[in-house]
Amino acid sequence: MTDVRTDFGPPSFKDMMPPVMAENYGKWAYHETLQPGVLKHVSETGAAVYTVRVGSPRLMAIDTIREICDVADSFCDGHLRFTSRHNIEFLLTDANKIQPLIAEVKKAGFPVGGTGNSISNIVHTQGWIHCHSAATDASALVKSIMDEVQPYFESMTLPAKVRIAVACCLNMCGAVHCSDLAIVGIHRKPPKVDADRLAKTCEVPNIVAACPTAAIRPNPKEKGVIINEERCMYCGNCYTVCPAMPIADPENDGVAIFVGGKVSNARSAPMFSRLAIPYLPNNPPRWPETVEAIKGIIDVYAKHAHKGERMGEWIERVGWESFFRLTGIPFTDKHIDDFRFAPTTFRTSAAFKW
Amino acid sequence: MAEESKTPLVDELEKGSWPSFAKEMKRRAKKNAAAKDLVGQLELSYEEKKVHWKHGGVVGVRGYGGGVIGRYSDVPEQFPNAAEFHTMRVNQPSGWFYTTDVLRKLCDVWEQYGSGLTNMHGSTGDIILLGTQTAKIQDAFNALSEAGFDLGGSGSDLRTPSACVGPARCEFACIDSLGICHDVTTTFQNEIHRPMWPYKFKIKVAGCANDCVASVARSDLAIIGTWKGALRIDQEAVKAYIAADFDVKGEVVDKCPTKALSLGRDGTLALAAEDCKRCMHCLNNMPKAIRPGTEKGATIMLGGKAPIVRGAYLSWVIVPFMKMEPPYDELKELLGKIWEWWDEHGKSRERVGELVDRMGMGRFLREMGLEPSPAMVFAPRSNPYYFWQPDEVK
Repeated sequence: MTDVRTDFGPPSFKDMMPPVMAENYGKWAYHETLQPGVLKHVSETGAAVYTVRVGSPRLMAIDTIREICDVADSFCDGHLRFTSRHNIEFLLTDANKIQPLIAEVKKAGFPVGGTGNSISNIVHTQGWIHCHSAATDASALVKSIMDEVQPYFESMTLPAKVRIAVACCLNMCGAVHCSDLAIVGIHRKPPKVDADRLAKTCEVPNIVAACPTAAIRPNPKEKGVIINEERCMYCGNCYTVCPAMPIADPENDGVAIFVGGKVSNARSAPMFSRLAIPYLPNNPPRWPETVEAIKGIIDVYAKHAHKGERMGEWIERVGWESFFRLTGIPFTDKHIDDFRFAPTTFRTSAAFKW
Repeated sequence: MAEESKTPLVDELEKGSWPSFAKEMKRRAKKNAAAKDLVGQLELSYEEKKVHWKHGGVVGVRGYGGGVIGRYSDVPEQFPNAAEFHTMRVNQPSGWFYTTDVLRKLCDVWEQYGSGLTNMHGSTGDIILLGTQTAKIQDAFNALSEAGFDLGGSGSDLRTPSACVGPARCEFACIDSLGICHDVTTTFQNEIHRPMWPYKFKIKVAGCANDCVASVARSDLAIIGTWKGALRIDQEAVKAYIAADFDVKGEVVDKCPTKALSLGRDGTLALAAEDCKRCMHCLNNMPKAIRPGTEKGATIMLGGKAPIVRGAYLSWVIVPFMKMEPPYDELKELLGKIWEWWDEHGKSRERVGELVDRMGMGRFLREMGLEPSPAMVFAPRSNPYYFWQPDEVK
C-alpha cells in the first residue's frame, strides 16, 4: 500500500482566484454597489471586477454544486467563491455578462442580493440533520425565515444591514451571540440521569466540573451524580461530557430570540445580542411563532431606526424600555440577568424612559 | 393517483422562494440510499420534535486525531443506510475561492465515498462533507488527498483558520488576511490534525475593523487589520460625493463617533487625526474619498467564544498593533507562548478566554511578556484590589 500524504494543508487560494484578482491583489481602490447583489470593485490599475452575490441553502447536493460550476464556467472562466455567510459569489470581468448571469441563476432558483442594507443569508448550525445536541432544527428555521424575509435579501431598503444567525443549542457553534437577530435552541428542564449507563460510561469529576453553576455533585454511593435542580439552567454542558445525562425534551425544548448584537467596529464597539423573547415552542416544520416574532422585530426596527443604525444602535438610542414597548414583547424576570456578569447590566441611574 | 408522500413535513420545506435544503436532500435521496434515509430520519425528528443522532463516536483516518466527526443514528433499524453518517471536515482554501475544476473533483470524491450532501461551508469555515461510513473514511481521505484537499480541525485542537476576502477584492484590507490565514494553517498542521489541548482554539483573520469574518466573536485569537497615522482623504472625491447629493455631513461627519471629522463651507473634509479611533464608518460610506493610513498592521485580540461554559466573551485587545509581514514570526511566537501557557494551566474544556478570566489578564500579560496599554481596556479598574510583584516592593 502506498503512503498517503498527510499534513499538506489546503490548496492555495492563489491557485483559485480569478486572474483579475491575482493581478490586482492589494491594489483595490474603491467599490460601488451597482444594484442589490452586484458589486463593482475598481483597482488602482483601472481594472474592475464585478461580483454577483447569490443566496444558497448552505446544505447542497453535489448535483447542485456541479450546476453552479456550469454557471461559473459559462460566465466567469471557471472561478467562484463563497462568503462567510454561505452566499455564492460569481466573479466577472465583463460587465455585459452580469444581467445574463443573473437571469441564469434566478432561473435556477437562486436569489441575488445580500449586499448593503439588506438581510444577508443566515449563519447557522447543523440541527436535527446532523447534530446530537440540537434543541431545535436550524435548516428548517432558516428556510422558513428566509422565505418570509427574502424581499429584504433582494433589496437594500432597511436602515442598516441586519445579520441573522441560528444556533441549535447553547454551544452555539454558529457563535450567534453577536448578531442583530439571534435564534438559539434552548432546553427548559434539567437533564435526566441514567444511573446505570453513567456508572459505566462517564467520569464523575468531568461531569461535576462541566457544570457552570455547581448544580452537580458526586454521589459516591453509586458512582453517580446528584443534580440540584434549582441551580440548573439547562445549558446541556454535562450532556456534552456524558451521554448518560440526556437533556433533550420534545415537550419543553424550543427557541429563544436575542437581539442587537454586532461584530463590526463601525461607529460603536462590537456588542452582544441580548434576550428579547425567552421561549417559543418548537413547531416543525415551519416554526410559525418564531418566524412571526422575527418578522415583527424587523418591522418595528425598519419603521423606527434612523438611517444607518444597526439594530443594537437603535435600541441603545431609544432604550430597552422603548424596545419592549414598541415591539409589544413582554418583559419578564427571565430578561434580568442572574449569571456571572449580572450586576453590570442593572440600571444604576434614576433616569429612564416611561 | 399519485403515491402519497412518506415525508410530508420535510416536503413542506421544499415550498417557498428561498433555496431549499429539503430539495437538496431529496434530490440526492433519488441517487443515494444514505441521503434517502437521512430524509426519513429528519421527518421523524419533525414528527417527534427530537434529535435522532447518538452522542459522539470516535472515527478517523490514519495519523490524524481530528477532522472526522463520528455520527450514529439512534434509530438504525428504521434507517439502516444512515446508521453511520459521519462528517468529514475538509480545509477550505483561504477566502473560500475555488476553480470549478477543483470543486468538481470534490463532488466526484463525495459521490464515490459519501452521501453527496455537503455544507458550503460549516460555521468555522471548513467544507463539510456530510454522511459516510467508517469503512469508507480512509479511502475517502486518500481520494481527497489525491484531489489536493486535507482535513480540517475537530475536537481539542486548532480549528481550521478562516479569513475574509481581504486584498483579493477589498480596498479596506490593511493586512494580507488570505496570506496570513494560509501561512498559519500550513505552519500549524500538527496542531490542526492532532488534538492535544484543553479544548478547541479558533483563529480568524479580518482585513479591517468591519470584521466580515466575525473574528472578534467567533475566534479565540482574532487578527484584525488596522493602521497608524491619519486617514487619507481625497478632497476632489469628497467634492464629487457632495456634487452627487450625498449628505457628507449627515451620513459621515455627524456620525463619526469621536467627532474627528468636520466639513468646511468649501466642501473640504478635515480630520483631527489624533481623535480618530479607526472604526471604519467614514470609509464604509465614502470608499472613493477616504482610505486607511499607510502604516498598516493588525490588532491582536484574544478570548472570543460562545456562552458554554462560563459565559460568552468578545475577544480582548492583547497587542494593540503588530506589523504583519511574512513569515509572521512575531505572531507565531506569540501563538506558541499562548498555547504553552494554556496547556499548562487550562482545565479540561476551558477555553483560553476563560483561563485568562480565571487567572487574571495582568498575569497573562506578564507571563506573555506583553506590554500593558490603555488600548486594552475601556476603563481602568474601579476597585483597589491589585497585585504587586515581589520585585516591585521592598
